[in-house]
Amino acid sequence: MITKYALRFTALGYLTMLLLVPVGMIAWKAFENGWAPFWASVTDPDFLTALKLTLEIALIAVPLNTVFGIIIAIMLVRHNVPGKSLINAVLALPFALSPVVVGLCLILAYGQSGWFGADLANAGIDVIFSMPGMVLATMFVSLPFVAREVMPVLREIGTEQEQAAATLGAGQWTTFRRVTLPAIRWGVIYGVILTTARCIGEYGAVAVVSGNVIGQTETMPLLVKRLYEGFDKQGAYAASVVLALIALSTVLLMTMFKPRQEA
Amino acid sequence: MAINALNVTKHFGDFVALDDVSLEIPDGSLTALLGPSGSGKSTLLRVIAGLEKPDTGTVSLGGRDVTSLPAHKRGIGFVFQHYAAFKHMTVAKNIAFGLEIRRRPKSEVKDRVSELIELVHLHGLGDRYPSQLSGGQRQRMALARALAVEPEVLLLDEPFGALDARVRKDLREWLRRLHDEVHVTTVIVTHDQEEAMEVADTVVVMHQGTIQQTGGPRELYEEPVNQFVMGFVGPVSTLGDAMVRPHDVEIRHAENGTTLAAKVERVVYLGWEVRVNLRLESGEMLVAQLTREEADALAVEAGQAVFVRPRKVRRWSEGDGKPDVVSAQPH
Repeated sequence: MITKYALRFTALGYLTMLLLVPVGMIAWKAFENGWAPFWASVTDPDFLTALKLTLEIALIAVPLNTVFGIIIAIMLVRHNVPGKSLINAVLALPFALSPVVVGLCLILAYGQSGWFGADLANAGIDVIFSMPGMVLATMFVSLPFVAREVMPVLREIGTEQEQAAATLGAGQWTTFRRVTLPAIRWGVIYGVILTTARCIGEYGAVAVVSGNVIGQTETMPLLVKRLYEGFDKQGAYAASVVLALIALSTVLLMTMFKPRQEA
Repeated sequence: MAINALNVTKHFGDFVALDDVSLEIPDGSLTALLGPSGSGKSTLLRVIAGLEKPDTGTVSLGGRDVTSLPAHKRGIGFVFQHYAAFKHMTVAKNIAFGLEIRRRPKSEVKDRVSELIELVHLHGLGDRYPSQLSGGQRQRMALARALAVEPEVLLLDEPFGALDARVRKDLREWLRRLHDEVHVTTVIVTHDQEEAMEVADTVVVMHQGTIQQTGGPRELYEEPVNQFVMGFVGPVSTLGDAMVRPHDVEIRHAENGTTLAAKVERVVYLGWEVRVNLRLESGEMLVAQLTREEADALAVEAGQAVFVRPRKVRRWSEGDGKPDVVSAQPH
């Protein structure tokens, strides 16, 4: 009995001190002086541009990383590709590298004097210090989530259901759509939630490649940092609360794909 | 639809799962592939289904070479040992799967599904999910799912292996009746000789990736071509280089010149049957199977010294393995 309550107290206390108190404080601070200052902060043109940019980047990066994450997971779990462990290691790179280093890597490859940068610039495409670079940086850091979540689920469900579908006449695509995808649904959903959170929250890599042009290449996390350092703490808190709300609504949206009764 | 496998070989790394196997299964028959684990029986079934690609050899269905045809184009029905139920679909949806991907009209799918639910005795369970069914019910659902598209070949891989003994026996009888009604060419893989003998017209005994013998249940029991088949299709005791079935061992209290001295080690009563474990002077163990009346008349009990006479032993000469020497010793 006593150990049970001790365990609960420890776990909940840990969560409270680490997560609930800081997040609660920011929400409280954002509305400390009522609605008016909050409203002023979230209708500021720079705020709106940053919000729009952040959402745009997420809307490109999340679907692409979801599709590629599923493809990579299936390739690594279901197929005998040579160099599997190497691919697995590469897949861990975004977790292993500091985001700032990721930004530098991208500048080296895609910057004006980088490997493909000059050719891309001649073709009229600016990658670094503009939207494409920021999307690339965001995709880089959020790449592994879907694959990492889906791989263990794929392993666990095994291949029998897929084989059964084949013997019933289903081709590869039909089998994927009607059997594999529903079976890995929870892994995909969880991966999407993590990917989205990382995409809208990324600071380091995006800061390096964006050039930080206010009202142009400033995303929400960059805005929060600038406002905070510029002593517009009210604005920083308001933007933080909006970021948290986006993350929360992603979680709610994804859990709306209700689980049906299954083992 | 007749099934033909010709010179099929399949390796898994260094392991030879199938070693130049040829097999002919006539249209409309019910055949069992019987063997211990690792004998290649499941691999052969999966090669026929297109779930495994043979290293060499060909497979034809109804005279058509399907060796390079993927599983989903072979028009077969397959039942897996662990059901392979689609967990996110209801029973009705599971059964409808093959029909829906063939884009059959909705009304036809509905009619066919309810017909199959009746056939496999799952009335009222159409809206359940597989996790809400028992093992036996899940396997009947899997059978209905396989039968829904009216396959010309039905392949079952240890279909009752994961079920408890009673359900197993019921389903086995049910499968036999179903086959008598539907007449689809059926192949069932099993490691249980009783199951194979009870269900199938023809039993194919496999061992170490090769077919040892093909024949009817009685033929396999009465005329096994080698020691492996004799030992696998029924209980057997070994006497030197010969083999004897327990019901061919006679126990007497008096010596008659052709008998061997033995000591009763244990007497086991199994209803009408009594099993007597004996130890010969040579140290060899022998099992005799008697009826209850025989045992009572003899009054055998543990520790008794008796004489035994094998009525019929089989011996295979070394090398060619084929000649079957049956010796019935004189009375």
